[in-house]
Amino acid sequence: MPRGLLHLTWIEIKVFFREPLGAIGTVLMPVLVFVLLGKVGSRLAPNSQFTSSNVFRIDVPVFAAILISLNAVLSLVAIIAIYREGGILKRLRATPLRATTILTSHVIVKLLLTAATLVLTILLGKRYYPVGADVPLVAFGLALIITTWSILSVGFVIASIVPTARFAQPVGAAVLYPMLALSGLFVPFNAMSPTLQKIASVLPLTYSVSLLRGIWRGDAWSAHMGDIGALVLVFAVCTALSARIFRWE
Amino acid sequence: MPRPVIQVSNFTKTYRDFVAVDDVSFNVYDGEIFGLIGPNGAGKTTTMECVEGLRTPDGGRISVLGLDPFRDVHMLQQRVGVQLQEAQLQKRIKVKEAVKLWCVLYGRKAADGERLLEQLGLVEKRNAWFMTLSGGQKQRLFIVLALINDPEVVFLDELTTGLDPQSRRAIWELVRGIRERGKTVFLTTHLMEEAERLCDRVAIIERGRIVDMDAPEALIRRHCPERAVILSTDDPTAETRFRSIPSVDDVIVKDGRITVRGSQTDLVTEVIRCISESGLQVTDFRTVLPSLEDVFLKVTGHSIRD
Repeated sequence: MPRGLLHLTWIEIKVFFREPLGAIGTVLMPVLVFVLLGKVGSRLAPNSQFTSSNVFRIDVPVFAAILISLNAVLSLVAIIAIYREGGILKRLRATPLRATTILTSHVIVKLLLTAATLVLTILLGKRYYPVGADVPLVAFGLALIITTWSILSVGFVIASIVPTARFAQPVGAAVLYPMLALSGLFVPFNAMSPTLQKIASVLPLTYSVSLLRGIWRGDAWSAHMGDIGALVLVFAVCTALSARIFRWE
Repeated sequence: MPRPVIQVSNFTKTYRDFVAVDDVSFNVYDGEIFGLIGPNGAGKTTTMECVEGLRTPDGGRISVLGLDPFRDVHMLQQRVGVQLQEAQLQKRIKVKEAVKLWCVLYGRKAADGERLLEQLGLVEKRNAWFMTLSGGQKQRLFIVLALINDPEVVFLDELTTGLDPQSRRAIWELVRGIRERGKTVFLTTHLMEEAERLCDRVAIIERGRIVDMDAPEALIRRHCPERAVILSTDDPTAETRFRSIPSVDDVIVKDGRITVRGSQTDLVTEVIRCISESGLQVTDFRTVLPSLEDVFLKVTGHSIRD
């Protein structure tokens, strides 16, 4: 265990929750989207026709989960940019803290946040969704953690490029949300034109959606080794890339 | 001769085409306050950050406490304390949390941090968020953090920039206190008054080169020995009397005010002696002594504020 990792992580968690806007935006936004979609859905089709549809049973939870993940990544991009611009990264690096320890603590905070938001979402969404014994929640949670962990590395690349904290969040959103549009969640992969399919196949969220959807449906892990492999590859490539281009100040 | 704790020889640093530091050499000796002074952009921070091991030099040799700052940065960090220019902490980190974190990082007891908070007058701010501290309090906290590992050498980069005169004076007292504990202080400043009041020795850096280096008084004696006494008197014989003093170079009379100029250190004494011996009635008397600011103007050809 690198020196100071636990201590720094604990401080970062406390600091995160002391900023009400950041905490509300990151944690509550996906929960609200999920619950509102549930409310609207159950009102549209009170007699369970809609709620039993695939869209509602599978895609909405997966969508909410992806939002949780993207929010965590956007929050990381913003925080890293603010820390860099304010000289906080530089100040921490001028101590015996290793550079990797500083970044690892942020990754841990975001993964914990992702897990906590997922739990909150499921608890609050229970009323509107037929989340029952047939859904492997723990496995789904794990799949979401893998997704977030992988996309966080994309976040580091964005944070390396974005010059100032002001642009961090919008630039991050501009990179990540189009990925979501092509992820197969809204338009099935097979219905896309060949060009869009090619683009979609190099975007990490395509594999995240496939993994999350499959695990939620009850697929075995072995059926999604390709998705996990792709996410690990994204992590490896982006981590190597940001290690080269990341600026501490 | 005290031993040098920092040795810099022929150090060079270039950013793309821009030569930030060009062939700079100096030593900092055990127990002194050494200042690198010059305008913004002169290469002060670049030099300091290379000495701290935060940047790599492009040429020359740097040694701090016998270590290579870049290669042995982790070993060095245990033995030096650092305050960075314009650094911040997390906005909502509490003072006591930052101090505790630093104690953990340097393997020190929490009590060491608490004692420093007390010594620097931050005890009431223990539970305050960093963002709520005033400029002076933030700098005091950074001094606490720089001292937590009981370092042998303390680096202070533009410590009082942006502070009001009162906080500035308080910080100067603290820096003198650091020296009294037997530590070596290496600081940068663009405030000539700060350098003059605080530093045992200074190096003037301009466009990446060291122009001159010595104790502030020695630099003043060398470059700007001219001093003046300005006084008011109605006595018509005053001018001739002052002219007869051997160390006086010039006497200017204007609007009943007399300016007596000279380059010798005894000028003021001699003028006072003359006034007293001849019984002159003087209604106003003040001295204009050269400062490091004048030295800077003289050796670089322009004011530090330009």
